[in-house]
Amino acid sequence: MTCDEAEILLHALIDNELDASHAREVEAHVATCPRCAAELAAFRQMREAMTKADLRYTAPASLRQRLDAALPKPAATPANVTPLTSRRSVLRGFALGSAVSAMAATLLVAVVLRQDDQQMIESEIVSSHLRSLQPGHLIDVVSSDQHTVKPWFNGKLDVSPPVIDLTAQGFTLIGGRLDYVDARAIGAVVYKRRAHVINLFVAQTSNPARKPAKVEAIQGFNIRHWSDRGLNYWAVSDIGTDELNEFGDKFEAAVKDSKEG
Amino acid sequence: MPANTTQDNLERDDPERAQRFREAALPHLDDVYTLARYLLRNASDAEDAVQECYLRALKHFDTYRGPAMKPWLFAILRNVCRAEYARRASAPATAIDDTPEAADQTPLWREQQETPEAEMIRERDASAIRRMVDALAEPFKETFVLREINNLSYREIAEAVGAPVGTVMSRLARARAMLRSAWLAEQEQAR
Repeated sequence: MTCDEAEILLHALIDNELDASHAREVEAHVATCPRCAAELAAFRQMREAMTKADLRYTAPASLRQRLDAALPKPAATPANVTPLTSRRSVLRGFALGSAVSAMAATLLVAVVLRQDDQQMIESEIVSSHLRSLQPGHLIDVVSSDQHTVKPWFNGKLDVSPPVIDLTAQGFTLIGGRLDYVDARAIGAVVYKRRAHVINLFVAQTSNPARKPAKVEAIQGFNIRHWSDRGLNYWAVSDIGTDELNEFGDKFEAAVKDSKEG
Repeated sequence: MPANTTQDNLERDDPERAQRFREAALPHLDDVYTLARYLLRNASDAEDAVQECYLRALKHFDTYRGPAMKPWLFAILRNVCRAEYARRASAPATAIDDTPEAADQTPLWREQQETPEAEMIRERDASAIRRMVDALAEPFKETFVLREINNLSYREIAEAVGAPVGTVMSRLARARAMLRSAWLAEQEQAR
């Protein structure tokens, strides 16, 4: 690998976007090139520090109100849509700039990037989790009884999510919810651990192979993902990795018992 | 026939669709607003653009097939902002300079120094960093904000800006290089 290539790819390395073999190549180059090693260290630090600074903006309440008024109402009552008072009709136009691409990066093509469909889905899962924490969104069917929650999903989904009461193990079943992830309906089984909500999302997968659990942190939430018997599971919560793993292990063990026992 | 036919159509829509749209799109409001603020550098223009973005998104919601909501909203917002740039055409335009030469302005790394970035950024408040990000030229700023602030993956950025992933990678590398020189320059001045 040349320094020119590394100069671009080290960013992909920082961003965790490289597949394993290219990541190793970049690391191998960096190990022998002090200049690229210094670059990598500097950009890593900059990235870390930028993450700490709060660079996001929060949409003002006035904008939320405007949008709420402009969007059709979800309730059955006739929508009281205020006329659009966008100051500019010109906003309609499309004026696309030409995408000028330069540098060797275009030759490095996308094949070096790791497959990140999973990453996209996980970021949607986190969004769903966040959404569920808003008042009135957490639960569609309120019950701590697995025999009430499980049948509730019937006919609403193309899968039947296992609903397991883990109260005795310290995770209280509080209900179920229908959610949308990746533009598809997905089942969410809701648990509580002390004051913390755990959303367990369950969706069908075409791959029946068991995939062992992996925990990732996204936007400050922990996601534990695993697959078993043709179902994909994502457990999301703000509880620590240890507790989330404990939850996952207990859930998996209980599913195993109920299927095989 | 009333003038605002689109509105009438929206009103006739089933409430379930409205509900689905709200649930899918509104949680990303802060993200969309953040991008609008950086692209337009003006709170009131950003609000207008976000509103326009959401209305367009609602209109095209039936054609939305995923994969993820955020890049899709960003792509729409971006088109809204492009039109806003066109409106502002009387104002001095920021040249879109995507040639590699500008990146060479980056001061060479001085190995003997303690890495100044870390201490510096720690001292900077968010508003100072925001100003530096604001000062980046257009395609670099956009890529940088999508990656570092909106937390999109390379593929999602490519999708949102309609450019190949390779272009996203080179823009991001340049954006970070330019930002670093801005930091170093500020530090020089502070001495």
